[in-house]
Amino acid sequence: MATATMRRAPVWPMLRLQTWAEFLKLWRVPAFTLTSLFLPVMFYAFIGVGQSSQRIFPNVTFGAYFLASMAVYSVANVMIFSFGISVATERGMKMDVLQRATPMPPLVYLLSKCITALFFAALTLAVLFPFAYIAGNVRLDPSAWVTLASRVLLGSLPFIALGFAIGYLSGPNSAIAVINLIYLPTAFASGLFFPKQLLPQFIQQIAPYLPLHFFGQLGWDAIGAPTDGTVTTDWLYLAAYGVFFFAVALWAYRREESRKFT
Amino acid sequence: MPPAAQLIDATKKYGSVEALKGVSIDIELGDVVAMLGPNGAGKTTSISLLLGLRKPTSGKALLFGLKPDDLNARSRVGVMLQESGIPTVLKVRELVDLFRSYYPKPMARDRAIAMAGLEEKANAQVKELSGGQKQRLYFALAVCGDPDVLFLDEPTVGMDVEGRRSFIERIAEFIQMGRTVVLTTHYLEEADQLAKRVIVIDRGVVIADASPQEIKSRVAGKRVRFVAALTEKDLEGLPVSASTIQDHSVQLLTNQPEAVLRELFRRGVDISDLEVAGADLEDAFISLTTHKADD
Repeated sequence: MATATMRRAPVWPMLRLQTWAEFLKLWRVPAFTLTSLFLPVMFYAFIGVGQSSQRIFPNVTFGAYFLASMAVYSVANVMIFSFGISVATERGMKMDVLQRATPMPPLVYLLSKCITALFFAALTLAVLFPFAYIAGNVRLDPSAWVTLASRVLLGSLPFIALGFAIGYLSGPNSAIAVINLIYLPTAFASGLFFPKQLLPQFIQQIAPYLPLHFFGQLGWDAIGAPTDGTVTTDWLYLAAYGVFFFAVALWAYRREESRKFT
Repeated sequence: MPPAAQLIDATKKYGSVEALKGVSIDIELGDVVAMLGPNGAGKTTSISLLLGLRKPTSGKALLFGLKPDDLNARSRVGVMLQESGIPTVLKVRELVDLFRSYYPKPMARDRAIAMAGLEEKANAQVKELSGGQKQRLYFALAVCGDPDVLFLDEPTVGMDVEGRRSFIERIAEFIQMGRTVVLTTHYLEEADQLAKRVIVIDRGVVIADASPQEIKSRVAGKRVRFVAALTEKDLEGLPVSASTIQDHSVQLLTNQPEAVLRELFRRGVDISDLEVAGADLEDAFISLTTHKADD
């Protein structure tokens, strides 16, 4: 009889409202919105536009190549920042405590953050692509634009897990520093800003194993630039990194659970 | 039907600190319970166990006969916690809508906002709210799911007198809807005004569980207040059940105020501002907890 009176709220409206709330939480923070939407465009304007028509491969202009680089950079950036900072801040402000006492399943929270991050990533591309088209005069096959966008969005998933892990491992004040320390150097080392050939020798040796390297290759391949290995191996490596990051995130989450909620 | 909330011989250790030492409490639907006790007595720990935010070291915590982290049980519970945060850039109505979506049969958004008296702030972001308004927002989030049981952990902490008074009225309004309320407080007047049942917790142990009237009647005595230069030592041998001395203002609880005063005069103590009155819940509480300390 007791169970007959047990009822739970339907999940879909909950997920919709939670996602809307997660979106507003990021959207109303100009520091996040501006850096994620306009920083890549700014980099593109400074580095990409001036020499965009130069051919760096027989059928690939620097404009197109750097567009792929910035697409990868900006999308991974959104994933790591939106997750890392928001999770760390919410822990710091003890928002997780009240949330835990509500009947909202943790999976809804996680999903709503993923959806929001993917949406922001798509928004970034929606700003970057037209900018590259107009200011960088980048011309690609329609299918190449689509391939680039879809690869970059799908390939960003491992970085969600990385952001989640950082969010649980670092404090609210150190999260930004930790992310910049990890993310910016690896973005450089993976050749997203300068060709790898210009980097110091020892970094060139590490670079081919970095997750952003594989992610970058997927982008460059999408616009027709030659890459090392095959797209399949890029996906496999990226997936392996995804599993690893996710395992770390899960471990960090459990560690937090056992500290705070037992 | 299992009780709405239940602790069965629950203990809780934080490292080597024993916050709860075997507490058993049954809270039935319709109860209005105040958990009373000094800071660090174990009130918040008890609530945390009942909400599944903490796990008992031994013993059990149950909500509607289920584990407290069971979402079916949580769907019937509204919560207001001490020290918890909410996103500062969200608006009041957005947060209320969000929390309503967590519950199977929530009340209308405007009703929840009105119950918290936040009609004029419905479109304000959390960061624009004052401390008291924020506290009322937490209340709106706790009641918006139209829960069967409402847990309020120190709901009026940090409020001024007026804020506290109007907040107590809002809680009373919810109680009038026939709902179960469990609140912790160290303000005795709150317990007296709201609760039908008072559970006194001190140092991790329940030392009284009765109606406010019963608890008051346990100290069927008088409260004697006066100003005099004396120390605890001067009270030795007097029929006093509890005493507090702060600077020169003395407060005693006793069943024989005349005898106490006669003896004090005989000892030559110089007394001013004498006041003798019936003991209230606060006095009862002091007497209960100081008695415990003497053991």
